[in-house]
Amino acid sequence: MKMAEEKKQNIPGANSSGIKNLRFTSWIKQNFFSNVLNSTLTVLAVCLLYSALIPFLDWAFFNADFTGATGKECTASGACWAWLDQRINQFLYGFYPSEEYWRVNLTIILLVPALGYVLFDGLPFNKIGKWFSLFYPFLAAFLLLGGFGLEGVTTDKFGGFMLNLVAGLSGIFLSLPLGILLALGRRSKLPLVRWMSIGFIEVFRGVPLITLLFVAVIILQLFLPPEVTIDKLFRVMIMITLFASAYMAEVVRGGLQAIPQGQYEAAEAMGLKYWQSIRLIILPQALKVSIPGIVNTFIGLFKDTTLVIIIGLFDILGQARLLQSNPDWIGRVAYETFFLVALLFFVICFSMSRYSIRLEKRLNTDQ
Amino acid sequence: MNDSPVIKIQSLNKWFGNFHVLKDIDLEIMKGEKIVVCGPSGSGKSTLIRCINRLEEHQNGQIIVNEIELTNDLKNIDDIRKEVGMVFQSFNLFPHLTVLDNCTLALQWVRKMPKKDAETTAMAYLERVQIPEQANKFPGQLSGGQQQRVAIARSLCMKPEIMLFDEPTSALDPEMIKEVLDVMVNLAETGMTMLVVTHEMGFASRVADRIIFMDEGEIIEQNSPKEFFENPQNERTKLFLSQILAH
Repeated sequence: MKMAEEKKQNIPGANSSGIKNLRFTSWIKQNFFSNVLNSTLTVLAVCLLYSALIPFLDWAFFNADFTGATGKECTASGACWAWLDQRINQFLYGFYPSEEYWRVNLTIILLVPALGYVLFDGLPFNKIGKWFSLFYPFLAAFLLLGGFGLEGVTTDKFGGFMLNLVAGLSGIFLSLPLGILLALGRRSKLPLVRWMSIGFIEVFRGVPLITLLFVAVIILQLFLPPEVTIDKLFRVMIMITLFASAYMAEVVRGGLQAIPQGQYEAAEAMGLKYWQSIRLIILPQALKVSIPGIVNTFIGLFKDTTLVIIIGLFDILGQARLLQSNPDWIGRVAYETFFLVALLFFVICFSMSRYSIRLEKRLNTDQ
Repeated sequence: MNDSPVIKIQSLNKWFGNFHVLKDIDLEIMKGEKIVVCGPSGSGKSTLIRCINRLEEHQNGQIIVNEIELTNDLKNIDDIRKEVGMVFQSFNLFPHLTVLDNCTLALQWVRKMPKKDAETTAMAYLERVQIPEQANKFPGQLSGGQQQRVAIARSLCMKPEIMLFDEPTSALDPEMIKEVLDVMVNLAETGMTMLVVTHEMGFASRVADRIIFMDEGEIIEQNSPKEFFENPQNERTKLFLSQILAH
């Protein structure tokens, strides 16, 4: 005991905070300055960060203007954020009537538990929660569109980030099961099923999403009798879903191919029927392996929802463009509005990314 | 006394494309018999037993298992698979399920047993193969010998009439082979009908009622272990035995 204490006192800086400092500096040394190359790169990186970060902070905060009624009143050399408090609602809700914002807010608030029960296990009230998640899409449709006592809101008033969320999330949740069915169909032994799956996948993958949106909005109308009109937003959501499911099908098919033949054989040998072995044995393993590809497709899909501007729906990017060409703000708010759009997209996409990493860790049963 | 064979194979022929892998196989296996099939690589022994539970399709000839003929009729295939258990060389345990769930899966979904009963049955068989303490582990956490014993327990849970073994110890480290063979010897002593493809001649001489030697898709010779080892008739059999028993 005494020896150890003496030893401790002999190390320079050897009180407990001293030892922590020692550990920290040695960590820095090890990770950033371990050899000449690393040290040079570290210095370079710090210079780069400094030269990028400082001007950015100057622009965004220190030299920025936060108040004003028009672009002309933004006289600062930095960013003009004056439009934020007046226009944020358009960016988030589009043209949704302002008295009814509470319905959108409620829909988003309820999305949290609905998603929670789908994505996580072992939460309290698990059973009720899962039924709630199943029922949520109908609840959301009711809240957003109205009817049964709530004032109706037509879909052409949907806009802003809310539109991206509606189109993106419904695309995500519908494209995964559809993609799985297509992937299984493509591997089917029945020729008709296989050829139809291949046809669907190649057609929807082979054309740009914009053309599909055009077809949905303009060309489809030519083929339908004039009395029949399907809501424009629904047509868009259907096309986005079909497009994403073609990509998803190939991602899932890759996962299915990665499962060793022995798994299929063991399932067959014990008498499991096709759908039983797919559901219980093959898909859990195939989906687990495909998580990076699936999340990739989701993130791409979510960002693709900005294409709705082409057919006259004003999502958040559309709102940004509107504000940029507004006479009050013209020429003053381009970077700022794009920055807001980028920030909101980044938050959603990064969250999806982090969730997927968590999911992979949880499913990794080898450890 | 039931005199009809549990497995009856007549004039079985199979091709992989142009390659004639099984040539005019005739074989009868009675209930409770333990058959060891051996032979050089590529002789068709694995293919033969995989035809019995329809993991491979035969083009010509008849396979009758438990008096059900094996054809394209899905119902027949399902009925046969319920009664025929299979143990693979690469174990093929389901890595995303625990050991216990691996065993109860078929009981719950094929035999439609309630979960509690399935778990009781599964634990009983895990005890028989001497790894009940691993029930809640995942296959990736077990050694090869343990995994193969779980695979055997998993098949036994379905209480099949016939057990097929496709080179069960070939993928195991030598020190684990014994623990798996012990389980198989134990199983043999309970009267199970077993058809085992293996190179373990020690096991064959201890347990087999008949040893079948295959080469190039044909059954060359079959005999009791004593006769097979001491009095091989065919030149090819003698060659094979000299290679196998040399080390």
